[in-house]
Amino acid sequence: MRSVSGTSRLAAAPVEIQPRHRNGIGQLATLALFLLPAAIVYTLFVLVPIVQAVYYSFFKWNGLGGAPTNFVGLANFSQVLKDATFRGAFSHNMIILVLSIATQLPFAFALALLVRGGLRGRVVFRTIFFLPYVLSDVITGVMWNFIYKPSGGLLNSLLTIIPGFKPIGFLGDPHTVLTALFLVMTWKYFGLHLLLFLAALQNVPKEVEEAAAIDGASYWQTILWVVLPLMGDTARLSIYLSALGSIQIFDLVWVMTTGGPVSASDTMATYMYKFGFQRFSIGYGSAVALIIFAACLILSLIYQRLSRQQEIA
Amino acid sequence: MRILSKYHLSFISLVLLSAIVLAACGTPATPAPVATTAPVAATAAPAATTAPVATAIPAGKTVKIVWWHIQTADNEKKNWDDMAAAYMKDHPNVQIEITVLENEAFKAKLATEMQSGNPPDLFQSWGGGVMQQYAQAGLIQDLTDALKKDGWGDTFQPGPLSLFSYNGKQYGLPWRIGMVGFWYNKALFAQAGIANPPSTWAEFLDAIKKLKAAGITPIALGEKDKWTGAFYWEYLAVRLGGKAAFDAAYSRQGKFSDAVFVDAGTRLKELVDLQPFESGFMADGMAESSTLSANGKAAMELMGQWEEGTALNVATDKAAYTKNLGWFPFPSIDGMKGDPSDVVGGGDGFVIGKNAPPETLDFVRWLTSVDNQTKMAAAGIAVPPVVKGAENGLTDPIMKQIFQNTAGAKYFQLYYDQYMTPAVGGTVNDATQGLFAGTAAPDAVAQQIEATAASELSK
Repeated sequence: MRSVSGTSRLAAAPVEIQPRHRNGIGQLATLALFLLPAAIVYTLFVLVPIVQAVYYSFFKWNGLGGAPTNFVGLANFSQVLKDATFRGAFSHNMIILVLSIATQLPFAFALALLVRGGLRGRVVFRTIFFLPYVLSDVITGVMWNFIYKPSGGLLNSLLTIIPGFKPIGFLGDPHTVLTALFLVMTWKYFGLHLLLFLAALQNVPKEVEEAAAIDGASYWQTILWVVLPLMGDTARLSIYLSALGSIQIFDLVWVMTTGGPVSASDTMATYMYKFGFQRFSIGYGSAVALIIFAACLILSLIYQRLSRQQEIA
Repeated sequence: MRILSKYHLSFISLVLLSAIVLAACGTPATPAPVATTAPVAATAAPAATTAPVATAIPAGKTVKIVWWHIQTADNEKKNWDDMAAAYMKDHPNVQIEITVLENEAFKAKLATEMQSGNPPDLFQSWGGGVMQQYAQAGLIQDLTDALKKDGWGDTFQPGPLSLFSYNGKQYGLPWRIGMVGFWYNKALFAQAGIANPPSTWAEFLDAIKKLKAAGITPIALGEKDKWTGAFYWEYLAVRLGGKAAFDAAYSRQGKFSDAVFVDAGTRLKELVDLQPFESGFMADGMAESSTLSANGKAAMELMGQWEEGTALNVATDKAAYTKNLGWFPFPSIDGMKGDPSDVVGGGDGFVIGKNAPPETLDFVRWLTSVDNQTKMAAAGIAVPPVVKGAENGLTDPIMKQIFQNTAGAKYFQLYYDQYMTPAVGGTVNDATQGLFAGTAAPDAVAQQIEATAASELSK
């Protein structure tokens, strides 16, 4: 009897008023049932590994033989923080983070302004700009490897037009490799921010812009003081996604340079892979993983705090 | 606006179509880092069985052997496929499932399998410290007793066999042994006016200067892979210090920061300062450097015995490559403590996973029989071979040269990154890369290696 009333309540529009407690249990059960598969997957593949990583990080273990036995306490963590290569990797992440926010977002915003209305063929442009984001990191990496190749690569072949130009190994020089990688990241990810900004721009009421124009604001003043604050939420989201991606970046760097040469393009994630996994030091790698996790967590908390403040205001 | 206008639909279908077309015309036969996890039938060899199960299934249970190997070159891959097919024909109850992986992909994939405690039945190994770790964890089978049966162990040459022993027990066995040496292009040498390959370090540096003057890239090096450049450092250490220096450092009676290892770095810096490598060599891997050598774009390459096979796979003019190919061992250095016959090299071998069926052992015994080894030696695959007598099958004069050098070496040093544990090996590769990039000084490199060795090897 209970289940029949439950299903009829779901199937039809909620017009009938049922006794509350009977509904509550039925509804709860339905919710639990639908959430269960996702909850199981999330627990097994996200929460349990995190707990395991915390456990392993206190041991020195090569990953073979089922369970670690050599307890070393916080030695892994102190070793990670003392390692110059890790500090270098961390600084690379920070450089990418700052540069991403400073260049990709304004660039995407400017393009969004251009593409949002009035331009002929803007649909084509939107699709083209978004296309790099659709490619997988690995394919992008392999493709740009060919473009950057010193002998026969697209970039060097084009630059040879300049007289007296000698081919540069962009990915082979420790001084240029990070810039070269960053260009690829920008190419790949600005499309996402473009899309986010486009959607947000559509939500800005035209009347507000027109009102500002009537009040005598120039185009740029309107953009800066009217449109941008109204897009605050999306701007914050873009910054957050950009920062998170910068901290976690692995695939692109690994495929293009494996963190080299001489760790000039190492990120925390490639460092973790090389020094944890490849060297059969699972405990050490888990410590690095936890540090990355902590960095992301701090970032997320800051983001939450900031967006909550904005909502209240 | 409608959800999907005609315009959108046509654009999307155009993109999909071009994606499919472009995906279909990929480059053929590159040593791609893609794992083909398919039964024998799916890998390229047309001569292999069309189905993994023979037509007549006998009353006995079908046994499956999972085999991972890293021979991606067409001729070597086909050789293994054919041998597996021949074995399956004679033993209808055995089904052999082959997975071919590229070197780095193999190391990554194997590491995951080993950590999950689930090793493949039969797989590639270089012996040394890495194999020891697996043995310690009980993941591979102890073959000591099996080798004693019918004198199987005696058919192998003792040197290569010893690479796969640990704690007095045999955990693997070799099917190919080789050494690292200089592969050079005789035509390019002649063009630069070099009459004979260099036998001393001074002559070597001189040859490089002559090649540079003639506008030829002296050396092809794929330093992105790191172990390729580490070869130079290891050979210099072997020449300057000999067996005594390495044994002392490894057993912790000496150190990797001792003078001889710093010296090796200094000599290497001498070489790097001449700028003998191709431009952008820090971004090239072994695949790229072999391609350069194969197509006559560089005069020399310091590489293992597999170089000829790899290069032939990618050479545009195979006949020209073979005609101009020459080989000389790493030069000697004035005042060195090592012997000019000392060798840095390694072998390829088989290890058997702990869960493998007993038929695997039988299969391996058959693979390493004198007949099969001789066939592989003649085909230029198992070169040099490890089974006594099989060297009579060698036809390639360079391979004969390599075989004689390998057999005549009093001190055979397995590549450092396979001999020592992965952590120390990784540090050797990483640290020496600094010498090539000009970011590390010779003594800093030695210190870095010593630091890891001190914490890893003193257990």
